[in-house]
Amino acid sequence: MAQRSFKIWRGDKNNGQFVAYAIELEPGMVVLDAIHRIQSRQVTDLAVRWNCKAGKCGSCSVEINGKPRLSCMTRLNEFPEGQVITVQPLKTFPIIKDLVTDVSWNYAQNKRIAPFKPRTKDADGNYRMYQRDVERVQEFRKCIECYLCQDVCHVLRDHAKKEEFVGPRFMIRLASLEMHPLDIEDRIPKIKKEYGAGMCNITKCCTDVCPEHIHITDNGIVPLKERVVDRYYDPILWLWRKIFRG
Amino acid sequence: MAQATYLTQSFSGDKKTTLTMRTDRWWLEPFLTGAGFLAFVIYTTWAMFQAEYYWAGSYLSPLYSPLLFVDPSASGAPPVAHAWFGYWPKWWPNFIPSSPAILILAGPLSFRLTCYYYRKFYYRAYFATPSACAVSALAQKDYKGETHLLLFQNLHRYTLYIAIFYIVILTYDTLVSCFRDGRLGVGVGTLVMAVNVILLSGYTFGCHALRHLVGGRMDCFSCASGQEHWGHKTWKKVTWLNERHMPWAWVSMIWVGFTDFYIRMVSMGIWQDFNTWGN
Ligand code: SF4
Ligand code: SF4
Ligand code: FES
Ligand code: FES
Repeated sequence: MAQRSFKIWRGDKNNGQFVAYAIELEPGMVVLDAIHRIQSRQVTDLAVRWNCKAGKCGSCSVEINGKPRLSCMTRLNEFPEGQVITVQPLKTFPIIKDLVTDVSWNYAQNKRIAPFKPRTKDADGNYRMYQRDVERVQEFRKCIECYLCQDVCHVLRDHAKKEEFVGPRFMIRLASLEMHPLDIEDRIPKIKKEYGAGMCNITKCCTDVCPEHIHITDNGIVPLKERVVDRYYDPILWLWRKIFRG
Repeated sequence: MAQATYLTQSFSGDKKTTLTMRTDRWWLEPFLTGAGFLAFVIYTTWAMFQAEYYWAGSYLSPLYSPLLFVDPSASGAPPVAHAWFGYWPKWWPNFIPSSPAILILAGPLSFRLTCYYYRKFYYRAYFATPSACAVSALAQKDYKGETHLLLFQNLHRYTLYIAIFYIVILTYDTLVSCFRDGRLGVGVGTLVMAVNVILLSGYTFGCHALRHLVGGRMDCFSCASGQEHWGHKTWKKVTWLNERHMPWAWVSMIWVGFTDFYIRMVSMGIWQDFNTWGN
């Protein structure tokens, strides 16, 4: 039976290294299967996080041959035969052990965002929304919080600007709230000053890695940037507001 | 069955030291786009400084339009009637070629340089921030994104207004090119110019700033009246183009260069333009 070699990063927050393993292949295997096989037959203390094995829980994010991906959705047969597959933890977040990183920084960002605040109900006590009005925000609701976009974003990954930018996942959360037809909270000032819309240089890596194929940059971040322009940078709109709204 | 575990390679514990662990040809895209755009810049700069052979029969090169002033004594230059403000100004310094292109190229250039797609491409290809995904970005002491020096990018919508104005002009140029010596006609050059307008429109009307202005800025497309707002219909059309903004950007840019080249070749007498006027 065919074999496949892997290099898996082993270690903790202090140090570590890549360790090579080889396994027998079975048809249809994904990278997570391979990790499980190595874990069950060779190194029982190999740490890996996973849950659904169906691409829906967002737990199994790692970097496979250098690319941030879901290990449960990456088939082994997409790599050329004989190529060694490297698997390493997300670079942007601190390592707990082996392939498991501490992504709690993301939960903290979520808490900073003002929650949904609906307008008053219609006279008959109902809310009415048309499908065309919620379609845009429904795209963002597909997010499975795998944080692959947070991992790949160079603002967080290479420039370590976690203090100044909430990252693409939370930009689309902000977009889903800001564009919601019922929501009346104004988050634009914070999107500019605290959440860091200007830190993103729209190089679109978040979009490239998103397993849910959310158009993070084009449909979320760029429209938010344009709303920031309306509020802060457009000289004619600024003049208009000065004259007509005092 | 399972092989024994063995250590093959020891990397530094600090994962930040490697450029990337990617094994594919991640450098190919920034390389090709970077080289492609550079080639366009070199050609346009060269063509701009030529100051001749930008007019053939009734065809005007898009790099030279709008034609503000003209020096009709230059080879391959149009008659003075075609210039908005007549003869080339006398005060123009000698050391700069009297090229009408110099006066107008900043318009389209500013549009492309602040375009969200071009920004993506040149931040990747020329500034390595980052060159490709999960490839280490060029180290910067204090990365500021588009907040400080790059704040001007926020004025992209104003360059959009300029670009729309240019489309009107180029459409006019194309229509005017159908009349030669008072006779209505059409030639390969007319088609080349018309395709140029179509491609530039596909690019311009897929702009993110336009998408925002026509409808994207609204939170609700039907809340006001219960009916679909006209902005939503327009927004959907702009969105269709916007989803294809990158190919429009490249094809339209290449075609602008080709249109100039075609007219230049015809003007120099190197290429024969097939047309109904028979000249
Ligand atoms: S487009 Fe912006 S948010 Fe997305 S990865 Fe690039 S810099 Fe980060
Ligand atoms: S936006 Fe996409 S990549 Fe980012 S956390 Fe959500 S599903 Fe993952
Ligand atoms: S295990 Fe749930 S997404 Fe991979
Ligand atoms: S975003 Fe590309 S032209 Fe405006």
